[in-house]
Amino acid sequence: MKRFLYELSESWKIAAAQMRSNKTRSTLTALGVIIGIVAVTLMGTAIGGIQVGFDKSMAIFGDDVLYVSQWPWKRVDDWWNFRDRKKIKTEYAEPINRIIDATPNSNLVIAVPTSSLLRSVKYGQSEVSNVLIRGTVSDYLITSTFDFQEGRFFNDVESRGGANVCVIGYDVADALFPSESPIEKSVLINGQPFRVVGVISRQGTFLGLFSLDSIVVMPLPAFHKYFSAKSDSDILVKVKDKTKLAEARDELTGVMRRVRGLSPEKKDDFSINEQQALKSTLDPIKNSIAIAGLFITGLSLFVGAIGIMNITFVSVKERTREIGTRKALGARRRTILLQFLIESTSLCLLGGFIGLGVAYLMCTGIGKAFPSFPIQFSLSLVIVSMAVSILTGLFSGFAPAWSASRLDPVAALRYE
Amino acid sequence: MSLVTPSGLDSPLVIDIENITKDYVMGEEIVHALRGVSLQIRSNEYLAIMGPSGSGKSTLMNMLGCLDTPSSGRYEFNGRDVSSMADDELASIRNREIGFVFQTFNLLPRADSLHNVELPLVYAGVDPETRRERAAHVLREVGLGDRLYHKPNELSGGQRQRVAIARALVNDPSIILADEPTGNLDSKTGDEIMALFENLYRRGHTIILVTHEADIANHARRTVRLRDGIIESDDDGFGGIENLPVEDPLPGDAVVYR
Ligand SMILES: Nc1ncnc2c1ncn2[C@@H]1O[C@H](COP(=O)(O)OP(=O)(O)OP(=O)(O)O)[C@@H](O)[C@H]1O
Ligand SMILES: [Mg+2]
Repeated sequence: MKRFLYELSESWKIAAAQMRSNKTRSTLTALGVIIGIVAVTLMGTAIGGIQVGFDKSMAIFGDDVLYVSQWPWKRVDDWWNFRDRKKIKTEYAEPINRIIDATPNSNLVIAVPTSSLLRSVKYGQSEVSNVLIRGTVSDYLITSTFDFQEGRFFNDVESRGGANVCVIGYDVADALFPSESPIEKSVLINGQPFRVVGVISRQGTFLGLFSLDSIVVMPLPAFHKYFSAKSDSDILVKVKDKTKLAEARDELTGVMRRVRGLSPEKKDDFSINEQQALKSTLDPIKNSIAIAGLFITGLSLFVGAIGIMNITFVSVKERTREIGTRKALGARRRTILLQFLIESTSLCLLGGFIGLGVAYLMCTGIGKAFPSFPIQFSLSLVIVSMAVSILTGLFSGFAPAWSASRLDPVAALRYE
Repeated sequence: MSLVTPSGLDSPLVIDIENITKDYVMGEEIVHALRGVSLQIRSNEYLAIMGPSGSGKSTLMNMLGCLDTPSSGRYEFNGRDVSSMADDELASIRNREIGFVFQTFNLLPRADSLHNVELPLVYAGVDPETRRERAAHVLREVGLGDRLYHKPNELSGGQRQRVAIARALVNDPSIILADEPTGNLDSKTGDEIMALFENLYRRGHTIILVTHEADIANHARRTVRLRDGIIESDDDGFGGIENLPVEDPLPGDAVVYR
């Protein structure tokens, strides 16, 4: 055991000396591994970043809210079965709330109807297009959490009366009112004036893809009056205890079936969605990044491994007499095997370290250039990269190391 | 004249080979490098193997040094049969029992003298401090106390061979095998190396050297001549006694090399 340690440290010394005396050759050989490690690290960083960004974006959906919709929040292969479903109507909110109130120990708190579509919003000469116009009730504040930069949400009276008031998102306020307060100003939507009563503070982007601040929220009756056509409606239902989401879901399914008047043999003709379901929509994106990353990583590591195998073979050839001498002095097969394995492995580790450094610099650069893209450079990535380097080294060094360990001492000593 | 008396029959047998042969297959042809050699070497002998080029000296030397196994015949080293040992067992015998000195020195080019001499101790599993101590000690013994941290390319040929001899000695082996140890040295440096061997012999080491040159062989107490893979003559030393440098007896350990 002790001898093994001594041989190990001896091998490390030789490997280090070998790399020091062949700096250029070593670095060039390690290039494949460097690229591989950069690829694997960037891939991991991208996937980690998307996950973190997604979780952050997801928070605005609330993890204690169920969404009653026509469509499920996932890819469906039999879309025709969903297309013909009856639309979800905002009116369902009322009977749902009645049933909730009548149920003792209900897991549900309140149902809030929403209806949305895209329109442009004007103020004076300025115009913002593709703004999400959403009609809802004042209880929307219970299911959706946000702060106000200025002003307030519309109150119960405005909500029921369908007053021409609205709350605007940060982007809308920023575009239409660059230098003044939007409060009490009137914006035009579909040619109708709406008085601004509040500005929602900045929410950021959803995965850096689209802004969550390009939004106008107004009372449902006003929405119905001017935009009834082609809007999508959902019912948001707040859950009392988010650890019992599944039970709440079952309860809500029952409630919806009663509202729709479905007989027991009929299938559900609505979908109940939750934040969790959206997460699975992310998997294909993560998978394709992973596949691309693994492909590049695999390819460059393979090329790198071949290069290192080659250079180790060269090294064995160059040092055949040295191997013979070592054997004459009592080095066993295992010792020689170990020595060359360690040489190839430390070459790969060198590549791994350089690769990690390059990847780190690139990540920092990307982080500076695109602050909105979440960068996630983690310790586990470092560990994975090191493990990958070591495995590559062992893999590529094995054949040459094996052939070195099998050399006949006499032939090796005679080698010219 | 007790100094030059060949080792008595009472000293233990180190090497006992009987009728060994070594064949090399070269395509169609078979080269009979050794055709039945029997030889006994006792502890604290000083033996030279001579013979023309191609007579099988190096082949025999490799056999004695457990670098190679015979095609047939029996080889006992310190009473153990080595003719059928596995590679790693042979490696362990070479490590502990045999010190090699090569014509081309065979030092590790990037390692300093100390590290070169330490190498057999690394393979023997000796701890780093003891290793250092022992390597430095033998280097001082061969007169290189002030060259511990020199790399081979910073040393003269004679100094390199001294490092190699120190390396051969460091594990305190049963025999020292030297194949043409002065072959790459000028005659003056060669003489210095031979004086070193003489000194080692007087301190009880067993030395076997291969050489072409008669004056080198004359340092030995016994000469074995090979021709075409068989022993032509085995001269126990009395025949060549007048050639020995007995007129200049070295005072044992007190020799100073420089
Ligand atoms: N690996 C080998 N393959 C084939 N033949 C070999 C091999 N090694 C040695 N021989 C042959 O065996 C014979 C003895 O070789 P050896 O090296 O022992 O001679 P030597 O006495 O040491 O000669 P020299 O004085 O020139 O060193 C030679 O004929 C040589 O060609
Ligand atoms: Mg020879």
